[in-house]
Amino acid sequence: MKSEEHLIPTASQTVGPFFHLGCTDHRSVGCLTDANTAGEHITLVCRLLDGDDTPVNDAMIEIWQADSAGHYDGEQSAQESGTDPRFRGFGRLATDENGTCAFKTIKPGATPGINGAMQAPHINVSVFARGILNRLCTRVYFAGESANETDHVLSFVPKGRRNTLLAVRDVADPSRWQITIHLCGEYETVFFDV
Amino acid sequence: MAAHTKGNSDVRTQSGEVVPFRRPDPSTQPTSLYEQYRATVRRSPRRPLILLPHTLSEVTGPIFGRGEVDAADSDLTRQHNGEPLGERIIVSGRVWDDSGHPVPHTLIEIWQANAAGRYCHDVDRHGAPLDPNFSGAGRVLTDDSGQYSFVTIKPGAYPWGNHFNAWRPAHIHLSLFGTAFVQRLVTQMYFPGDPLLAFDPIYQSIPDEPARKRLIANFDLPSTKPEWALGYHFDIVLRGREATPFEK
Repeated sequence: MKSEEHLIPTASQTVGPFFHLGCTDHRSVGCLTDANTAGEHITLVCRLLDGDDTPVNDAMIEIWQADSAGHYDGEQSAQESGTDPRFRGFGRLATDENGTCAFKTIKPGATPGINGAMQAPHINVSVFARGILNRLCTRVYFAGESANETDHVLSFVPKGRRNTLLAVRDVADPSRWQITIHLCGEYETVFFDV
Repeated sequence: MAAHTKGNSDVRTQSGEVVPFRRPDPSTQPTSLYEQYRATVRRSPRRPLILLPHTLSEVTGPIFGRGEVDAADSDLTRQHNGEPLGERIIVSGRVWDDSGHPVPHTLIEIWQANAAGRYCHDVDRHGAPLDPNFSGAGRVLTDDSGQYSFVTIKPGAYPWGNHFNAWRPAHIHLSLFGTAFVQRLVTQMYFPGDPLLAFDPIYQSIPDEPARKRLIANFDLPSTKPEWALGYHFDIVLRGREATPFEK
């Protein structure tokens, strides 16, 4: 195929402050599981801060992840490999007045990555908001996971910034994992060019 | 095999490798930190994005909203007892990937202001009137050939606090999923001849002029319905794969 024949992808624009109307008022997904979904049930709490550490209370956060066995919905081998029918890999929520939203999900399994190596369990995250012209993509990994040490994607991230991608388990409630996403500033989260 | 029969499942080649998606020329996408749009200053990363080679995480994506869309969702003028005020329009077009393959059965989410430039939303404090017959939210699925069409009213211009005398050009927000995480797109459709486009930093944040102009719909006489509604045509292009399994 000749490269000059490619169409130019439509430009992104901000969701603006009123996206709730079209996206989350009636079509939010905060719970990706039911009682019988396989895997370790967790709550992922995301908190979004701007460059002044002010909570971003008008954002939309979307997540996309594999099931507990590491299979994505829609993957070629899904039927043979048995993607969990009781799990929905997609979630999205508006942030609240504290810049926070919480997804009820499961801890994903390891998925195949670069050159056949397995990727550490992770959740793919998109951030949309007023002031964000191109959606921001990041990943949430799980602190303390031994597979993090050998994950290819984490190895691309400077050591000093890897902790911006790690959700931390709540001491009081071990099913609760928390991550703070810093849009900019000293603790700016690592964002990916996907 | 015909291109339009390809679904979500072709994420790997026969040898099991993931088929990556092309990356757009950055000049065809907005500059994330665009100081004329003030909200970007506190909400844009300053450090370079880290290039992510595509894995299953990026080339798979949610099938969202299929089977949850009915005809009333795609006619924003028929969601209440009466007709909304304003200029009735029909917006139609096709969704493509950048290889020129149509994207069938994909969801488009729609939201917009009413004809007076007011959103039906708690946060909107613009003094223009709400319209009891217009909520300004809809949804539509593309058909087998990637075509979509929805009916609405032309939104009004809308003032915002970005700078002195700042007004957004009339626009409709559109949100699409495609079939892969990397294809997710939220954009805005504008109207031809709008004098506010020249002053709008959200529109102007796209460096490449032809890419910018592609966000402006074309007035379309063939889809205009006599005694009923004006037609506008707007095609949407999502990212495509570097090579499909069939082309290898």
